Amino acid sequence: LSVPPEIPKEDGRPKWDNKFQYILSCIGFAVGLGNVWRFPYLCQIHGGGAFLIPYFIALLFEGIPLLYLELALGQCLRKGSISAWNTISPYLGGVGVGSWMVSVLVSLYYNTVLTWVMWYFINSFQEPLPWSVCPLNENRTGLNKECYESTAVNYFWYRKTLNITPDVTESGTLQWWLILCLATCWAIVYLCTIRGIETTGKAIYVTAIFPYLVLTIFLIQGLTLPGATDGLAYLFTPNLSTLKNPRVWLDAATQIFFSLSLAFGGLIAFSSYNPPKNDCEKDAVTVAIVNSLTSLYASIPVFSVLGFKATTGYWDCLDRNIISIINEFDLPEESIMRQNYTTWISFLNSSYPEKIAGLKLKSCDFQEFLDQSVSGTGLAFIIFTQAIILMPGSQAWAILFFIMLFSLGLSSMFGNIEGVFTPLLELRIISKSIPKELLSGIICLISFLIALCFTLGSGSYWIDIFDRYAGSLPLLVIAFFEVIGVVYVYKIKRFSEDVKQMTGRKLNLYWQITWRFISPLLLLIVFVAFVILQIQKSPSYAAWNPKYEGFPMKEEKVYPPWVLAICVLLAILPCVFVPLVALFQLIKRTRRSKEPSFVPPEVFSCQGAN
Amino acid sequence: MLRVLLLTLSVVAIADAELCKPDAQNAFKVRLSIKTALGDNAYTWDANEEYLFKAVMAFAMRKYSRKSTTQISNVLLCNVTDRVSFWFVVTDSSKNGTTVPGSEVEAAIRMNWNRINSAFLLSDKTLQFLKITSTLSPPVEPSTPVWLIVFGVVLCLIVAAIVFLVVAGIQQRKKKNKESSERENLEEKGEVTVTVENGIPCEVLDLKAGHVNGVFAADDERFTSL
Repeated sequence: LSVPPEIPKEDGRPKWDNKFQYILSCIGFAVGLGNVWRFPYLCQIHGGGAFLIPYFIALLFEGIPLLYLELALGQCLRKGSISAWNTISPYLGGVGVGSWMVSVLVSLYYNTVLTWVMWYFINSFQEPLPWSVCPLNENRTGLNKECYESTAVNYFWYRKTLNITPDVTESGTLQWWLILCLATCWAIVYLCTIRGIETTGKAIYVTAIFPYLVLTIFLIQGLTLPGATDGLAYLFTPNLSTLKNPRVWLDAATQIFFSLSLAFGGLIAFSSYNPPKNDCEKDAVTVAIVNSLTSLYASIPVFSVLGFKATTGYWDCLDRNIISIINEFDLPEESIMRQNYTTWISFLNSSYPEKIAGLKLKSCDFQEFLDQSVSGTGLAFIIFTQAIILMPGSQAWAILFFIMLFSLGLSSMFGNIEGVFTPLLELRIISKSIPKELLSGIICLISFLIALCFTLGSGSYWIDIFDRYAGSLPLLVIAFFEVIGVVYVYKIKRFSEDVKQMTGRKLNLYWQITWRFISPLLLLIVFVAFVILQIQKSPSYAAWNPKYEGFPMKEEKVYPPWVLAICVLLAILPCVFVPLVALFQLIKRTRRSKEPSFVPPEVFSCQGAN
Repeated sequence: MLRVLLLTLSVVAIADAELCKPDAQNAFKVRLSIKTALGDNAYTWDANEEYLFKAVMAFAMRKYSRKSTTQISNVLLCNVTDRVSFWFVVTDSSKNGTTVPGSEVEAAIRMNWNRINSAFLLSDKTLQFLKITSTLSPPVEPSTPVWLIVFGVVLCLIVAAIVFLVVAGIQQRKKKNKESSERENLEEKGEVTVTVENGIPCEVLDLKAGHVNGVFAADDERFTSL
């Protein structure tokens, strides 16, 4: 007789090389472009330091509980989002499908934002930076008209990068340079996700840690720039009266929610590769706190640079006025300096008012320069690039800045792609013989082909639409059903037992209260407020139209009905799967229960899966 | 005699004043921004610098018209301010009391702009002839756009890495297939067997090297213990 070979206890599921890789991946997924270009903007418009109060309240009662829920769920069930929710309850399978759908939609447009970052990156190697000078017009008599009327930075962004059309209905042509960059970005994503977490786990060491290095460098550089302290004072001076505005609380809740990348299914996928006995409670708290601290840390260099830009803009305005006055009155150079400008102006205004009026001097108000607040792509591609031109050694700063943005976005893309990839791997539709490399290649290729429509002239309008409708409302719905599903369908007592198996501790009071009552209630309130705010004003967008009378101001336009239909479709499509799948399962059950040989399925338990 | 000389001089001066005044015909305003250009190394504008200006303008006129008739005394400056700005005209020595047409002066200045600027260590922006605009120089465009080169480098690196990873994956898969097929061969040779009796693997019956028959072992129970 002979002994048979040892049957392996593992289920062949890939796992993280070490715990640090897993934590870094979650942090990289959560820390994204929004930490850099949305949080500082919100701080600025909602009363500076006072915004931190609703922000931390939202973190405590909404962010951390939901994050812990997703991580614990993935770790317990050891499956991607679709299979996990199917296992919890077949009626809740739609939640998994919905989050998979959202991950698909977001991956499509998020990588196009990275395309723009890559385009700016490869243009940063030119001397002088291409967005610092206006090109000449056709007959070389002067500067290009569109560029002259706005600024060189605006011209490079709207014309040379996007080649934007004046209206969302005009599609324009495919921009070949953007197609090249898009192909490169998808190639990079493919390279990093080619074998799932085996490859992203290695890539995340670079993409998650590098942004912190660059932020530190920018912090040191930013604090040495003139005007940095004004910018920082402006950012952090608390204005507690803004807390009376409910809009502030709504913005805080949505910011925390989207910043932590909840309800994408990516976090469930990440934690499903964990060993069963892992303290996911500590992980959740760690990831949430690191994400918020990163937002705060990133806002310091951002606002130093914005303060610097406001100061230089103010000084430029003053200098231009001074030159006009000196030339007009033939005063010696350096007789009027910035410091005594106001005294001189008042003196001249009283003595020669007509001459001063004839000069058409612009009023230079420092506060006005500081108040120019922008969020999103405008902050990175217009404001920051303008500030970079003014710094010494601007090429190095540009290269560093855009690599940092690229790493931030790429690590978030890993989470999005994992949210798409892992459920597909587990679905029985895909046969086991297809190698992982081929599957990820097919996903990246199909996404690239679909994302080609974002490289059209009207592409950036469409990305705004996707961001506003697909990447916001469905997530709230899915998260709400996630909490309700685990707490009331799966029953929190059972989940508490499962969590005790994994972490060794029972669910304490904080988790019980937030999961049972506070988080679902908060989500419901945020959802309703969100919908009301969207419905109140008819959706409009700001178009860049050189033929507009108010150019270079953007033209406010309303979406035509067919575009509105697409917006509604994008918002509803992921959510509709939740009731659809539930209905489908109900019909299947009632039909099967009519058969005599029907045996009700076993009650699933988390421990049984291990 | 002296009185006649004085009279002539004053006539000449008045005539000059007639020719050179702000907004006179064929007069140009010049504006210098010396402190802006040179900072701490700025020189003060005095009579010597004015003399240099007259000399340079005469030089420019001579070079342009190729007649050696323009003298320094033909260039008249007036209304010098602290800004440093002044007006100047170039008089025609052949015809008394007239000035050289503005177009000729402008052409002469355009032809020699570089020489004029470098005489004063200034540039187009800091030595301005207010009615004459300088032509813009076309921006330097490299033959291949820089961004294409960088893009090519990045793309090559990525494609190389993808090819490497895919090939490594295929090789790993071939190795795994070879290993598992080797194990199958070993099993067929009978070195690793699962002995089966009546369809039940022997391990289930928990036979101790086949010497104990589990069926009879249970018969020990029949005998009462002493």
